[in-house]
Amino acid sequence: MAEHAAHFESLARQQTAARFAMWVFLASELLLFAGLFFLYMCYRLYWPAAFASGVGHNHALLGTVNTIVLITASITVAMGLRKLQHGAPRAAFRLVATTVLLAGLFLVVKLTEYGVHIDEGILPGGRGRYFAEGALPGEAAFFTLYWLTTGLHAIHVTVGAGVLLVMAWRIRRGTLRAAQLELGALYWHLVDAIWIFLWPLYYLTGGAPK
Amino acid sequence: MTPTTERHAGESYLGGERTLRSWLTTRDHKRIGLMFLIATSLFLFVGGLFALLLRLELLAPRETLMGPMTYNRMFTAHGVVMVWLFMIPAIPSGFGNFLLPLMIGANDVAFPRLNLASFYIYVAGAVVALFGLFMGGADTGWTFYVPYSAQTATAVVPVLIGVFILGWSSIVTGVNFIATVHTMRAKGLQWMQMPLFVWAIYGTSVIQVLATPVLGLVLLLIGMEHLFDWGIFDPRRGGDPVIFQHLFWFYSHPAVYIMVLPAMGVISEVVCAFSRKNPLSYQAIVIATVGITFFGFLAWGHHMFTAGMSTFAAGSFGILSMVVAIFSAIKVFTWTGTLYQGSISLKAPLLYVLAFLFLFVFGGMTGVAVATMSLDVHWHDTYFVVAHFHFIMVGGTLTAFLAAVHYWFPKVTGRNYPETWGVAMAVLVFIGFNVTFVPQFLLGNLGMPRRYYDYPESMQWLHVISTGGSWLLGIALLTTVLYLAWSLRHGAVATDNPWHSAGFEWRTASPPPPYNFPGSPALHRGAYDYTGQEPPEGPAALP
Repeated sequence: MAEHAAHFESLARQQTAARFAMWVFLASELLLFAGLFFLYMCYRLYWPAAFASGVGHNHALLGTVNTIVLITASITVAMGLRKLQHGAPRAAFRLVATTVLLAGLFLVVKLTEYGVHIDEGILPGGRGRYFAEGALPGEAAFFTLYWLTTGLHAIHVTVGAGVLLVMAWRIRRGTLRAAQLELGALYWHLVDAIWIFLWPLYYLTGGAPK
Repeated sequence: MTPTTERHAGESYLGGERTLRSWLTTRDHKRIGLMFLIATSLFLFVGGLFALLLRLELLAPRETLMGPMTYNRMFTAHGVVMVWLFMIPAIPSGFGNFLLPLMIGANDVAFPRLNLASFYIYVAGAVVALFGLFMGGADTGWTFYVPYSAQTATAVVPVLIGVFILGWSSIVTGVNFIATVHTMRAKGLQWMQMPLFVWAIYGTSVIQVLATPVLGLVLLLIGMEHLFDWGIFDPRRGGDPVIFQHLFWFYSHPAVYIMVLPAMGVISEVVCAFSRKNPLSYQAIVIATVGITFFGFLAWGHHMFTAGMSTFAAGSFGILSMVVAIFSAIKVFTWTGTLYQGSISLKAPLLYVLAFLFLFVFGGMTGVAVATMSLDVHWHDTYFVVAHFHFIMVGGTLTAFLAAVHYWFPKVTGRNYPETWGVAMAVLVFIGFNVTFVPQFLLGNLGMPRRYYDYPESMQWLHVISTGGSWLLGIALLTTVLYLAWSLRHGAVATDNPWHSAGFEWRTASPPPPYNFPGSPALHRGAYDYTGQEPPEGPAALP
């Protein structure tokens, strides 16, 4: 396990390369979401009242709970990395597994919220009862963006949790280096950081009720 | 020179294991690069065949060969294949893969398995996209503009998915190359000593990594529009189709530099090797490369002057586009200055460089013309624009690709190509290209809109000339493939450095051994240092 790949001169160099590449990849991921943030900005400038109303309609409590869940999950994976670096794999395993469980909790809350939206007749593309009963013009765009952005984010949460699940299993078997866990943790922090921007944009910045 | 046959057998990357399986599971950047080169060249011919058929239809007004629907599908197929299957991957993933580690004195790229994965992702994307193009065929053009792309009855979704997958290949390769340049350089090789091709590939990779995800998102959104009618760009539901164009061109304008920056890198290498001089200013080319990479991200709006944009925004995008032109001009002056008083040998690669310089300047100047809003209003969506971007993409990227193919042919295969044929076909490519596309400037100025299969009879003579030119170009490219294929078996065996180039990639055997450099690479002398070097006696025996 301590062997480095043949084309690298040392393990340290290989780990530097991997960490560096992960940062570059995260920049790429950021640009993926940047397109959705750009759409949000443009459409909110077109429809300020509709967006405020849509945000006000969303369930700030569920969004806030999920924010806390994600930040906690980031803390536990960071602590797990620390433990693995200091040669405490059992504690590391428990902490990373906690992160995976919290990711599952996040998805449960998110799916519950989607269920509530479907009940209320808020579907993407301006379909559903909510829009037929006189929503503001532009609210359809807001909720379509909401479904798209949080949906894409939820896919990232699922991927990140899957990666960390495999890593947790490998920590247990003792075949994971700390440098490898660091890559998974970095990815997880990105997922968290994106949510920290989605939280105000979709839950907190509502205006006066319509 | 006495041909020492099979000199490298068993010790080059081509020798050793020769089974198909060993190629398909290889981690060697040279084999992966070669597979990319073969695949992209294949698609160059698929896309070229579409182009020839399009030109054939345009030989006479009204329907001659195909109806309007087939024509629409075919120009879409031509655009998609040429942009995403040939031009974007050809030089970076092909030559970039082969040369990048050799040029920085590394054994391989940073992540060889990821590199192989990138190839398979490319193949998967190509299969899906081609499936969509042949089964049903999208008719939106390669730009997929909404609202039409959301409503068309043709199979646009498989094409979108295919291009989405191809984007992943592009991102993965970009991440890999950036990490390679940062962490794999040989001991002592400083940034400002790297070959200019490496700088070009580095800039390209940055664009691939930062622009491609936006394309991926846009493709997903159109897919949603088309499949589920989500109306994200539908004004009736608060959307705005112009925002689609902004997002699309945020990728697709920098994508132009994904195509042309590596081409510029090739030119920098070839121009120095064939004038046996260091570049007039290494720093100028590096600065211009970085400048194009950066400002390339800020010029996208010039595709949308007629789509609804404030005069201030249009003016800003126009000026930012011209900044890119300034950096390009710096490069052109540097290359020309490098030729001046050089010890020039007019071999096929240098002929392609000269063709590039002419075509690129011509295409670039017409680019400045269409970046001027008042002129663009007249030329927008006409053949003038078609001719302009073909001058940059075909005249720029394709000629540089051919220069690279000839210059590095001995490096990759260990054999020389027949120089006489190389020179003759370089001349024919140049003539054929100009005959094809110069009339299109005139057609555009007369008002011929792009993407039309019909036109008034008064324009026919220009269309006939253009179609004739496309045949010259087709013949030249086909002949090139034939003599290169012939050279693989029958070409004279090349020495390790047949051009007597100072480039780093020539400081090992040709073809290189599996791990590139037997010992530690000798990079003490600069990559463009020709001082005190004997002038070459020319390449090894011509057939």
